Amino acid sequence: MDWVLKDLAEWNDKIEEIAQDLGLDYYPQEFEVCDYHDMLGYQSYVGMPSRYPHWSFGKSFEKQNTMYKLGMGGLAYEMVINSNPCLAYLMIDNPLAMQILVMAHVYGHNDFFKNNINFSHTRAEFALETFKLNAERIRSYVETPSIGYQGVEKILDAAHAISFHVDRNQRIVRLSEDQQRQQYFHHLNKEKENWDDLKNEEKEDDFIPALSEDLLLFILENSRFLQSWEKDILRIVREETLYFLPQMETKIMNEGWASFWHYTILHKLNLPPAMHVDFIRSHNQVIRPHVGGLNPYHIGFHLMQHLAGTKNSFEEGINPQIFDIRTIDRDSSFLRRFLTQDLMEELGLFEYEQNNGKVSVSNVSNDFKGWKEVRDTLIKQVGTGSIPIIKVKGVSPLSNALLLVHEFDGRELELGYVSKTMEHISTLWSQFPVHLETQVENQEVTCIYEKGNFRVESNSEEKESA
Amino acid sequence: MAIFKEFSKQKRDRSAADRQRHKELVKEKIKKGISDVIANESIIGQDKDKKIKVPIRGIKEFRFVYGNNKGKGAATGTGKEQKGQVIQDQRGQPQKGQGKGEAGSDPGEDIYETEITLEEAIQLMFEDLELPDMDQKKYFQTDTEVMRKLLGYQKKGIRARLSKRKTMMNRIKRMKAKGLDSAALSDTNESFPFHNDDLVYRRLQVDTEEHSNAVVLCLMDTSGSMDQTKKYLARSFYFMLYTFLQTRYENTEILFIAHHTEAKEVTEDEFFHKGESGGTIISSAYIKALEIIEERYNPMLWNIYAFHCSDGDNFTSDNKKAIEHAEKLSQVCNLFGYGEIKPDIGFSWSTMLDEYKKIEEENFVSLRMRTKESVWPALKKFLTKDKSNTLMD
Repeated sequence: MDWVLKDLAEWNDKIEEIAQDLGLDYYPQEFEVCDYHDMLGYQSYVGMPSRYPHWSFGKSFEKQNTMYKLGMGGLAYEMVINSNPCLAYLMIDNPLAMQILVMAHVYGHNDFFKNNINFSHTRAEFALETFKLNAERIRSYVETPSIGYQGVEKILDAAHAISFHVDRNQRIVRLSEDQQRQQYFHHLNKEKENWDDLKNEEKEDDFIPALSEDLLLFILENSRFLQSWEKDILRIVREETLYFLPQMETKIMNEGWASFWHYTILHKLNLPPAMHVDFIRSHNQVIRPHVGGLNPYHIGFHLMQHLAGTKNSFEEGINPQIFDIRTIDRDSSFLRRFLTQDLMEELGLFEYEQNNGKVSVSNVSNDFKGWKEVRDTLIKQVGTGSIPIIKVKGVSPLSNALLLVHEFDGRELELGYVSKTMEHISTLWSQFPVHLETQVENQEVTCIYEKGNFRVESNSEEKESA
Repeated sequence: MAIFKEFSKQKRDRSAADRQRHKELVKEKIKKGISDVIANESIIGQDKDKKIKVPIRGIKEFRFVYGNNKGKGAATGTGKEQKGQVIQDQRGQPQKGQGKGEAGSDPGEDIYETEITLEEAIQLMFEDLELPDMDQKKYFQTDTEVMRKLLGYQKKGIRARLSKRKTMMNRIKRMKAKGLDSAALSDTNESFPFHNDDLVYRRLQVDTEEHSNAVVLCLMDTSGSMDQTKKYLARSFYFMLYTFLQTRYENTEILFIAHHTEAKEVTEDEFFHKGESGGTIISSAYIKALEIIEERYNPMLWNIYAFHCSDGDNFTSDNKKAIEHAEKLSQVCNLFGYGEIKPDIGFSWSTMLDEYKKIEEENFVSLRMRTKESVWPALKKFLTKDKSNTLMD
């Protein structure tokens, strides 16, 4: 250890001075020094100092610990919590150069949390308190004799299975069916505009309410026999997901933003040469491309640097437009707006196609038409794009079956996982049947989970008669 | 001005409980996985130290995920990728799972493959089993003798058992590794303190000697009609039983009786490895067993267990006698189990299982084993407390 706490505080003051000069606007910052074991611990609870008990956090710890011990990474350089004051962890074993880099990086995240619009609903002032209170509530259920650990675990297991099936974009206001209907009629009754003659005439019967993608909320509101403590656990899981969701939706931007700022700040810090070399080495390690995969740091950093206009030197000054981008975008819009063909070629992005085990390149970035395909595929898989969209169609009046639709976009669901997930949903749906419409091998099918059995039925009638 | 919170050495292992629960779940999985392995592995006569591999799917957190049979993805490449190029070994990409409904290959997939010894596996399997009704003759149990001796070393222990020699050696090793030696140290005034990792303690071995007064009689049909498959099943059954008894009841006496038209007591080796031929007279084995019990194992003092494996092809004239003696045997035994081995599904006209239905003794259990997979459930059936006299198929 080549530093004491005083060194960190001194460097921090320098960093803060530069950060403020450059226009970063962040929450008060707190750093906690910890060792690798603490860090693994924080990591397995997504950084939160308090979290409710569940075996999956233990699993996460074991996995990361094993990976760390085998030298396969698994240990974060930094861990920053979206809270006010902002909490970050510094690892005691890191040399000073690394600590400086991490601190500068943290201010980038801190600024992003405070300003990016996707985080506006996460109530950073209450974040740590909320998680602590949630943990206490769940612990109190564990200690209730009639519920106990097993009871809580069963509901948590099930709730975790669908935890990401909430409204993904909190900025989109969810309208009730009545509001949607009103809007629809309003639209129907208003005077015709120039273009409307070209459209097909719409009738009242055409009104179809938009399906909700907030499966968790739907179950909370409509499941018949859930007890209040069970609903409370669902509410907690949903609340915590909504807190973490913006971090998933802005991973590339957020890491790109933080990396851009640590890089910029460090160039203005006048580090001693040896430390500067250390820093550049660490920086390159962080933003290196992962061939065959995607490194959000790599893509984010290059895009941010390009947009800031500092790619070749720091003399030119930073394009202030990046502050607006940091405020209003999320990964999908960010990439759609700013990922150009040139940048994609530079990043070496390509698209691959999987077909029964064979993986082949389907599009490359230096193709005059194909690059857009690559980009769109990339956008599809960032953020929550890797999580299938499941929407609630309603409840069947006779069997009380929960009807779900998978919004098919060319990617098939893994049926083994579907059956187990539906089993969990059925637990929350008081053991009534659960139906899920999806596509398998170009066929419309319905997956049905009923009375402990899972089956897949074809929807097309011609197929059945054939 | 940021606030810095100093590193605190006071540790609280916050994830301990969640890790513990995860371990429990993994162990449950292993247990389930093992009975599959044991059923499939040919374990007879295997060295107990033999390592077997038990694949366990990690405790999965199921969610809706995309499969990998079809679909597109984007990735960073080297910039040299060509359209249509097949990437065979894509690093960082999940491996393909096999078949529909099989485990997916999303990033959440963890497959553990534990390697455990046969003995460990068997112990895991046998965890819930015991010789039923063992307690009733506890009164006669000979005293347990406890011996203590120091054997081996361990990292944790009480002060009194600190091994000073080993501890000192560890310190010196650590010193050398740092490139220091005692001469160099004594020049300067620096000390080289002991570290927690240096400490080594003697381990206390507790030897217990138990004299449980139980005897298990293994009776096996070795007649000509017992073909290779049947004998294999019977031996699998006895092998498991034998291993179970050896691991769980250190000093239980086991003896082996092989029979065709006549029965004789044989050694363990002969029992498991020798083949015989000839007709079948089941009663001969029972008579032999009763004889041995009368001579050597007084039912008042001994817990007696008898198991008999046969294909049920008995000389019809002997049936009545067999039942009679089976009843007698049941009366002196804590448990008498009869396992009929019928690998062929076809109709069989002379089977002892039907005959044995007439036996009304409560501690008589009869069942059928068809395949090697059914051997383990059979054993389980025998050795669990709940043993209603029912047929199992």
